[in-house]
Order: sequence, then structure tokens, then C-alpha cells
Amino acid sequence: MLRLSLGLVTVFAFSVIIFSTFSFLPGDFATEILGQSATKSAVKALRAELGLDKPPVTRYFDWLGNVFQGDFGSSFSGRSKVQGDQGDRSREVVGLIVPRLKNTLFLTGVAAMLAIPLSLILGISAALYRNSYYDRSATGVSLVTVSSPEFFTAYIFILLLATLFPVFPTISNVDEASTLAERFYRTALPVFTLTLITMGHMMRMTRSAIINILSSEYIEMAKLSGASRYEVIVKHALPNAWAPISQVIAINLAYMLIGSVVVEYVFNYQGIGRLMVGSVYNRDLPVVQACALIFASTYVILNLIADLIGIISNPRLLYPK
Amino acid sequence: MTLNKSKELLLEMKNIHIDGFSDERWHKILKGVDLTLHRGEILGLIGESGAGKSTMGKAAMGYTQPGCKIIKGEINFNGIDLAKLTEFEKRKIWGTKISYVAQSAAASFNPAHRLMDQTISAANRLKINPTDVLKKDAVQLYESLQLPDAENIGDRYPHQVSGGQLQRIMTAMAMSPRPELIIFDEPTTALDVTTQVEVLSAMRSIVDKFNTAAIYITHDLAVVAQMADRIKVLRYGEEVEEAETRDMLSNPKEEYTKSLWSVRSLIKPEETNEDYMLSIKNIDAAYGSSKVLHNVSIDIPKGKTVAIVGESGSGKSTTARVITGLLPQLKGEIIFDGKKLSPKLEQRSKEELRRIQIIFQMPDTAMNPRQTVDEIIGRPIEFYQGIKGKEREAKVIELLKMIELDETFLDRLPSELSGGQKQRICIARALAANPDLIICDEVTSALDQIVQEGILKLLQKLQKELGVTYIFITHDIATVKAISDEIVVMYQGEVVEQGLKSKILNPPYPDYTELLLSSVPEMDPDWLTNLLNKRSS
Repeated sequence: MLRLSLGLVTVFAFSVIIFSTFSFLPGDFATEILGQSATKSAVKALRAELGLDKPPVTRYFDWLGNVFQGDFGSSFSGRSKVQGDQGDRSREVVGLIVPRLKNTLFLTGVAAMLAIPLSLILGISAALYRNSYYDRSATGVSLVTVSSPEFFTAYIFILLLATLFPVFPTISNVDEASTLAERFYRTALPVFTLTLITMGHMMRMTRSAIINILSSEYIEMAKLSGASRYEVIVKHALPNAWAPISQVIAINLAYMLIGSVVVEYVFNYQGIGRLMVGSVYNRDLPVVQACALIFASTYVILNLIADLIGIISNPRLLYPK
Repeated sequence: MTLNKSKELLLEMKNIHIDGFSDERWHKILKGVDLTLHRGEILGLIGESGAGKSTMGKAAMGYTQPGCKIIKGEINFNGIDLAKLTEFEKRKIWGTKISYVAQSAAASFNPAHRLMDQTISAANRLKINPTDVLKKDAVQLYESLQLPDAENIGDRYPHQVSGGQLQRIMTAMAMSPRPELIIFDEPTTALDVTTQVEVLSAMRSIVDKFNTAAIYITHDLAVVAQMADRIKVLRYGEEVEEAETRDMLSNPKEEYTKSLWSVRSLIKPEETNEDYMLSIKNIDAAYGSSKVLHNVSIDIPKGKTVAIVGESGSGKSTTARVITGLLPQLKGEIIFDGKKLSPKLEQRSKEELRRIQIIFQMPDTAMNPRQTVDEIIGRPIEFYQGIKGKEREAKVIELLKMIELDETFLDRLPSELSGGQKQRICIARALAANPDLIICDEVTSALDQIVQEGILKLLQKLQKELGVTYIFITHDIATVKAISDEIVVMYQGEVVEQGLKSKILNPPYPDYTELLLSSVPEMDPDWLTNLLNKRSS
């Protein structure tokens, strides 16, 4: 319960930070849209229409109040410029974000489903055959993938799997009409990229969490009671490693979501990351705020889940004395 | 202990050499030790830390710890040479034909699994009996080991039962597949004396019941005397001597064996003093919401030694924390040399801090591993007495001489010292403040018998020379006999009694003191049997 309220506080603090950073950026939506040559009165009129003339604190609380009612406001950029034509063509932020959020969740979801089991299997087997050639090459390769930036990995994939051997498309444009198979095919390269950049970290942490536990006395005891190598790792070490492993998975899923900002841009994928970058460019505050809030809450929720797994997997916390 | 045991050979280890890798090079741990064991026989393996007794015990299973290897030797178990088997083949013997009981039960159980599952896991691997039969058998084992609520205790997790109970459950686990040999590796060292008696008697009766052979490893001669038919003494990886238990105790041949229980012969005439260095009155203290001290009052006479004894959890160390101000008391007052001390450390003057010093149990963790001996001892001299430069150095050397070391130690790091030397440096550090009262918190319990004796003698000598007052916290009655003038017995956060050593150690006793004193193992091999008979009657 305490964790939950702490999480809420974090999200709240985050929204304040996002909001205030925007006030420090030079220019606002009005100057950006009307250009350098706009007259002062035109800028003033647009500001009044968008509510930008009010003091930041008032604007923040107006916005916050609406968010609690599920209303993230309207995007600035879709707004009609004709007076009296009340918001027919203006785009609601929610309507703008939801389909893109679905796309991003699809992308990261598929990548997570690929990356988590793979890195667990690789990490456990590397611990099982510690210091073997397999272990060394797995940890070595994972270090390379962790240290390469995601756009670099993405371009390597494009070079290999789209240009040299044209298996997958470079542009991952999907829409409502795309079938599931089509979606898998089109998102293959971004999925690979996200998988690769997060897998290394998860695999290495799984390996080291297990190896850490292998030096405990109860592991020696398990060996002396005749447990096989596999049994020692899976039955005796792994159950005690869930807490650190779930933490690192949470961090990486969050990282994946953030990494999708770059990856979506590279592959021109209609996700929330791309939307956010575009909106920052336009100073489209309502959209950016909503996106940032989504990122922040995902992060908090993932960490909460990891904590929960840590508690469930530890009898000492689950069954106090 | 039945004397007419079969003479059928079970285990024969010949000329065992084992090397271990540490500090970038190979060391010899065992240098050609032989060992024979017959069916149903219990062999005691004793020696100080580093003697190689644990390594020998594990080698009896054909196992060496990571970083160790068997160089030479045969380990014939039932006619099979374990040294020649592969890991895979050895696993079929481990846990089922030979099982192992480790020192620290709390660390040796997997925290993630229920006790019952761990108890029967090895027997389960044999696939002879179905799980429910094994579970029934385990409950019976729990019962014969006198575990409370034997029916359900297996459903708990390791953290939910006490250390003494865990140790007995581990014995049940070792016994579950009915092995031919059990290795007990210091199984009671981490337990309180009163718990130790229960565990020892439970282990002995169950080993007797199934006529299982055992190797019992310990550093405590009195404990091994209760358990073993034969005793083998190891030192520096070599055998010192071996004899039947009774012969060994009545007539040890080697000087070294005799020295093993010399600390028990150290005796100090008691004296007291009406002038108190420190009085604590009606102290209550708590960690968070759990209260650990209840109305504790103790008087410490000037220039004398007061020993505070009790089991773990009795509040001995908490009392020390209250006196030093690390844990402010909730109620009551501390009078030091006629003046009231403020409960909080921050509110005490530098002078008050200087006059009370503490020495901890673990010298390894009590010193900064990156500071040299010179820095460790020199800092309190500078801090409390403001002495610097040449004078400071002279003072450090003087202190080193006082603790029977010399100036060659000045530039050494703690890692370059032996356990006994480290504890001496800690004593010198306490003395560097020129204190009136030193609290010794289990200062000898991490040390070997012979080293213990040296430290205790040193502390006595320093008291004679400097007139310093000691509060000596310990659970070891032999140490208490050796050093104290007065004794305070504590139990569950309360003082049971306080008085002169002769009064406390002689009847009539209050119930708890009686239990505590009678639980201290004696050299007599019949001690445990007699004690159990006496208690049951």
C-alpha cells in the first residue's frame, strides 16, 4: 500500500517536472505555428484561445483536474484556426494517443515476449556452464549488444536483413487494417532491435544473480546431498534469484519502452514514441504531457510488479515468523 | 555408546593429501592423513581452525570445496575408491549413502523451500519409497529428535524455526535416506550451551538407534568426549594422535593435546570492591517496538572484572550498547564514576567517551582493512590525547609492547595478521584512549582455545598493571571462570542474579543458572549420559 502511494507521488512529481520544463523552453505553440513574421496581436489571440496566457500554475492545475476525469485535453496542432468553428476538427489527445499506444504496446510486448524467456534461458545456462566457452562468448556478445546504441543496432539490422538480404521491410507502417501476420512481419526489425538491446543486460544479471547464490552454504549442502548440477541451479538457486531478476526485467521493459522512441523513429513506426518526438518539436504540450505521463506510470507499475514478485518469491516476507 | 561394535570396516582413507588455492598460490591443507572407521562407530575429529579437520571430513565423501583438490590418497568406502569416481557417480553416494550435517543450519537450508521437502529430497532421489511414506518417516524422525509439533513442523520455512531446531531437522534430513555414514561438521558450535545439550543428546540417540557410523568434527574436546568412541587430533594438516576416547582424556600423550584444554585450567582469585566504576539502574531498552531489556540493574566495581553471561538473545550485548550510548535507554540511569551519563552518545563529552572503550567479537570486521596498525592505534591517541608526531609513534610502540607485539607490526594491514594478533591490536586500540572501563563483547569466542588463553592472560596482566575495569560479555562458562571477579547472569532481558564468582558458581542456584551451568560440557565422557539421567529423574 505504501509502495502504491509512493508510486502515485512519483508519477505526480514527474508530471510537475515535465510541465515546468516546458515553460523553460524558448517559444511556445503560438510562436512556433505562426512563424517569425507573426504579428503580436495574432500571437496573443492564439494564446488566449489555447489558454496559454494564463499563469503556468493555473494551467497545470486545470490540466491535472481534467486528467483525473479521464480528459487529457485537445491537441494544439489539430485545432481549427477559424473562430466559431468550435473544435470540430480539433483532435482529442485521447483519440490521438490510444491507437499509437496500442501499436507501441504491441511492439514492446512482442519484443518482451522474445527477450525475457531468451535471456532467462541464456543466463541460466551460462551460470550452469560457468567459465565454459559458451558462457564466455554469451557474456562477451551480450556486452557488445548492451553497449551499442539502439539506432546503431537498428541500422545494422536494416543493412543485414533488409538491404543485403531483403527479408524484412525497412519501414514498419501498420494501420488498423493490417492483419496480425502482417504486423509481425512488418515489425520484425524493430522487435529484433529492442530484443537485442535489452537482452544482454537481463541475461548478464540473471547469470550473476544465480552465480552469487551458488556460493551460499545451502548450495554446497544441496550438492552434498547428491543434487545434480541442473537441480542445484533450477531448484535451489533460481527460486532465490527471482527478486533481483524481476527487478532487472522491470528496468529493461521500461528501457524498452523508452528505447522505442528512437526505434519507432528509425523504422517510421506509428507508435507513441514517434508521436511524442513530433509533439515536442511542435511544443504541443497536451500531447507531450499525456505521453510523458504514460511513460512514467508504466515505469512505476513495472517496478511495483517487480517488488510484488520479490515478495511472493521470498517466504521470509510472505510468511513472517 | 555401546562398546561391542562390529569391526567391519566401512571407510578407510589412506595418505590423504589435499591442496587449497588462496592468495594466488597453492597451500597444503592435508599432508598425508589416514583414517579408518568401522560400521556403527563414531570418530571424533578435533583440532583448531586451519587444522584441516573440515577438509578431512568432506574428503571422506570424496568432496573438496571449490579451490581445493585431492593430490594423493585413497578413500575406500565400502570397497569403492571415492577419489577415482566421477562427479556423476559420486552424486549417487552423496546424500544417500553418506550424508552431511553442516555447522550453520540457518545458512545451510534453502530459504525458499519448506523444511519437509528439504528433509526428504535426498531419500526421494533413491526412488525406493513413495513420497508419503518418506514424509511419515520424517515425522517419526522429528519425533525421535524431540522436535516440538513434529507433525507440522515440516510445513514451515527455515526462517520460522529456531537454530537448535534447524540443527535437529538437518540431522533428520541426513538420517532420512538411512545412510551408512554421517559427517557432522561442527554441528553445535553455533548454538547456546543449553540448546547444545538437547541437540547433542538427540543426535547421539538417533545415531545409536540406527547404528550409523559417523565422523564428528569439532574444536571442543568436551563435546567430542560425549559423542565419539575414538578421537583423532589434527594440527596443521597432520595427525597428532589418535586413541579411544577414555584413554585420550585420561592420558593424552602429546603436549599439544594437553594444551587443547589448558584454558579451562586458567583460574583467577576473586576480589571485589565497594567503590563502583559504573552502576546502571533499572534500565529498559528496546529495538523499535520490541523491548529487549527489562529493569536491568548492574554494579561494576572499580578495577575488577564483571562477566555478563547468558544465551544469545538474553540482552548481554544490548546492555553493552546502552552503556556505550549506542542505544539510548527508555528508562533508568547510568552512573559512571559518580556522575550521571547522558543516554545519547552525541550528548556525552569527549572525556566521557574516552573513558569507556569497547572491544568487539570479530576483530576482522572491527578494523578498517585499509589502515595499517600504526594508523589504527595512533588515531585514538591523537583524537583523545592530542599527541602527535614522534611522541605519538613512541606511544604506539609502547602499546604494541604492552600487548606483546613489537614495532615490526607498525606497517602491517589487518589482513596480514593472525586472528589472535588482530584481537591484540583491537585491545591496544582500546587502551590507546587510556580508558577506565573496557567492555569486552565476546572477545575470545571467535578464537581457538590456545589463542583464547593468550588473550585472557594478556587482559589479566593489563588489569594488574593499569587497574582498568572490565565488563566481560560471554556465553562461555570456562572463560568466565578464568577471568571474572563477579558474575551477572542474564536471561531474556532480565538479570537473574549478580554476585561474586564463588557465590554464583556454587549452589544453591536459581533455576536458570542451574540449567546454564549444568549444560556446560565437561571432559568426562559420561557427563551427557549422567546429566540426561539426572534431568529425566
